[in-house]
Amino acid sequence: MTSRRVFLKSGAMTMLSLGFAPSFLARAAAAAPTRKRLLIAIFQRGAVDGLNMIVPFGEAEYYRLRPNIAVPRPGGGDTTAIDLDGFFGLHPRMAALKPLWDNHSLAIVHACGSPDSTRSHFDAQDYMETATPGVKATRDGWLNRYLRASGAAAPLRGVAIARQMPRTLQGPAPALAFPAVETFTVRGGATAERDFQQAFEHASDPLLTSGAREAFEAMRILRSATNGDYRPSSGVDYPRSPFGQALQEIARIAKADVGLEVAFAESTGWDHHVNEGSVDGQLALRLDDVSRGIAALAADLGDRMADTIVLTMSEFGRAAAENGNAGTDHGHGNAMMLIGGPVKGGAVYGKWPGLQPEQRFEGRDLAVTTDFRDVFSEVVTQHLGLPSAAIAKVFPGFTGGPSLDVVRA
Amino acid sequence: MRRSRALSTFALAVVALLFWSAGLPAADIPKIPKDEAAVRHALNRLTFGPRAGDVEKVRRSGLSSWIDQQLNPAKIDDAALEARLLSPPPRPDSFDSMQQARRYGRESVEVLAANKLVRAVYSERQLQELLVDFWFNHFNVFAGKGRTAMFIPEYERDAIRPHVLGRFRDLLGATAKSPAMLFYLDNWLSADPEAAERIASRRPAAQQNGGGNGRRRGLNENYGRELLELHTLGVDGGYTQQDVIEVARAFTGWTIAPEVPRGRFLRAAAGQAAAGQAAALQTGSFRFVPALHDRGDKMVLGHRISGGGMEEGEHVLDIIAAHPATARHIARKLAQRFVSDDPPEALVARVAKRFTETSGDLREVMKTLITSPEFFAPQARGAKVKTPIDFVASAYRATGRDLSEPRPMLRALQQLGQMPYNCQPPTGYDDTADAWINAGALVARMNIAQQIAGPQDAARIGGPEFQRR
Repeated sequence: MTSRRVFLKSGAMTMLSLGFAPSFLARAAAAAPTRKRLLIAIFQRGAVDGLNMIVPFGEAEYYRLRPNIAVPRPGGGDTTAIDLDGFFGLHPRMAALKPLWDNHSLAIVHACGSPDSTRSHFDAQDYMETATPGVKATRDGWLNRYLRASGAAAPLRGVAIARQMPRTLQGPAPALAFPAVETFTVRGGATAERDFQQAFEHASDPLLTSGAREAFEAMRILRSATNGDYRPSSGVDYPRSPFGQALQEIARIAKADVGLEVAFAESTGWDHHVNEGSVDGQLALRLDDVSRGIAALAADLGDRMADTIVLTMSEFGRAAAENGNAGTDHGHGNAMMLIGGPVKGGAVYGKWPGLQPEQRFEGRDLAVTTDFRDVFSEVVTQHLGLPSAAIAKVFPGFTGGPSLDVVRA
Repeated sequence: MRRSRALSTFALAVVALLFWSAGLPAADIPKIPKDEAAVRHALNRLTFGPRAGDVEKVRRSGLSSWIDQQLNPAKIDDAALEARLLSPPPRPDSFDSMQQARRYGRESVEVLAANKLVRAVYSERQLQELLVDFWFNHFNVFAGKGRTAMFIPEYERDAIRPHVLGRFRDLLGATAKSPAMLFYLDNWLSADPEAAERIASRRPAAQQNGGGNGRRRGLNENYGRELLELHTLGVDGGYTQQDVIEVARAFTGWTIAPEVPRGRFLRAAAGQAAAGQAAALQTGSFRFVPALHDRGDKMVLGHRISGGGMEEGEHVLDIIAAHPATARHIARKLAQRFVSDDPPEALVARVAKRFTETSGDLREVMKTLITSPEFFAPQARGAKVKTPIDFVASAYRATGRDLSEPRPMLRALQQLGQMPYNCQPPTGYDDTADAWINAGALVARMNIAQQIAGPQDAARIGGPEFQRR
């Protein structure tokens, strides 16, 4: 197989591995590439309080259970919930997402989560990232399995903006993790890079040689496709937080047309056992960051949002009642958000189980009525186009529930 | 002529005596090669990497005797290392709050991690430190879970290090009783459900929910499962879900003692303890609480367990330590760490046999492994890829760069995904090539190489050959 680099009209570079004659390549080059579908997974680590994020203000019990930290019913400007559908509302500090609800690109799946009832952050995150709840032996992530099941290996199909490879993308399929595009480079200049490259190329070591080759290819592609400082689309203002900056990196790579298909970022600091706050306070600040970040990302990606889904997730929710420290303890069911053109937005999906004591999980938490894997698999089949026959490879041991029909094919 | 023959006979006799006293019959003196390549290979596998001059030094004094020394670390002087170790933060007599306990935990583990690197680079007891790394990983605990961190320094010092060349059963027992393991795998919470009900109903209403995570105490299977799946028999070792439950029942009551600070105790007794706060923080040492123990008889792997007390857990440990599947599981893991990612079956079988016939004597097991033909075979040379800890430590050893301030290197380890004591799942850090080699990791190693080594060495340290051992 010979590698060819072909210049496309837009100026971006694409790697094609072909063994064909140059004239065919020239014709292939002239045709515009079909825009790849993009999935951006955002993990809210620490168990976000879904009940204060997507507020069930129509549920009287919610106010009885949270005398101090409930978000007030809509009607009082920016100190109350933002009405979505007469029953559910957004936390007021998520106002940045309201326009996306209004134009039908934001959908919510409430009472969503894992069949496993662990309340250990670490176990539950692992179960969600490997999409094998209850099974600790799984080493690879669901998005890495998706990459394996869905096409040729390529260095830039899966990228996590993170200091370390998240479990979600761990596995044999090539994937990259770096905190920023500019850090994914060999320091010491072009000579250092060239020396390393030659050393690895000449090593009689298939594993290291191929790993290094992937690295150098990815660096080269990224470098030429992302020259200089990145400027977001006009008017777009990402929050100055690590999360906001991570989303900006993802937009940068997406717009560089280097073959990005699945991206991952994480938002931390959601574990509000003490002093959660309601309209203001710790949770409010985090929700503001996440919402403004996603809104900026959507605006920056512009018409690419027609082929993009942003999917938020968290390992479990928090208890229905507030605790003795004006916070909430670990719970069960939570809310996931989907944002994008292919999303049938403007609605809350899933079966709302209610918050009466007999309706709660173990008498204390929001129950789970939709398995998170139902959401994952719908995104993977309807949006990313994985054939249903291959779904079992990505979600082993999972027999799906009825389709939510939240994603357009 | 006669003199050299006498000398070589004498040398043979000495060697024979050495091996005989070390437990190996003189007739079975293993063929430990003497050539430089073999020495380099041995140092690659049995240390954190050769320093300049090490290969020549060991070759001259003899690889066999060096191996023998490393198998008896107590006899190796390590004073120079001791001088380099950072001092841990002082442990308060008692903790006034969970936040204080967690802060102490974080700070202690940070120092422990720094010292782990210092030991890897500077200890003369290299094999011991490699084995401490191996066995900690095998009996992994995670510093990020709750208050596990505060128990980790004593865990490594008292439960792991003393036993790495001792008896497996002792190592197993020490981890089972360690607060670190009891907390990390939740066994400290595990209780006979009926017993838990009795205790809960006697508590004031405000404390009925069992504290921060709202857990009502009952049987917790977490430790029982990992004890069988990871610590002993292995996932294919032939135990059932029922065995897991029975083992968990046997260990109910194995928990962590509360530490009641003197002043607080008096105030609590006077009823002034804040509602919703546990009367005392469980930050102490191992305690068996009979009231939490499920006293009924159990059946574990076909053995009847009875007695109704702490001896049930000990009995379970005896059974699983002696189980043939355990010998195989341990043999395979050791062979994977010290020989190759996919070790030859013959080697695993032989090491497992040694494990069984010596009742888990880990020194004997290591000897069998190291002196095996497979250890020195051509296929084993350079067959292992360095983990991030291996990589960083070997870079310092190879270049001779000074590691007086280890903390920046901890950031490098974090970047590479192997922050010590920070492996979240109980399976511990992987040891195989595909766990560590990916595009991003290689670039990170190239950059860290430039951080550690001077310009002449950077290309070598970040290059392909140096990633292997």
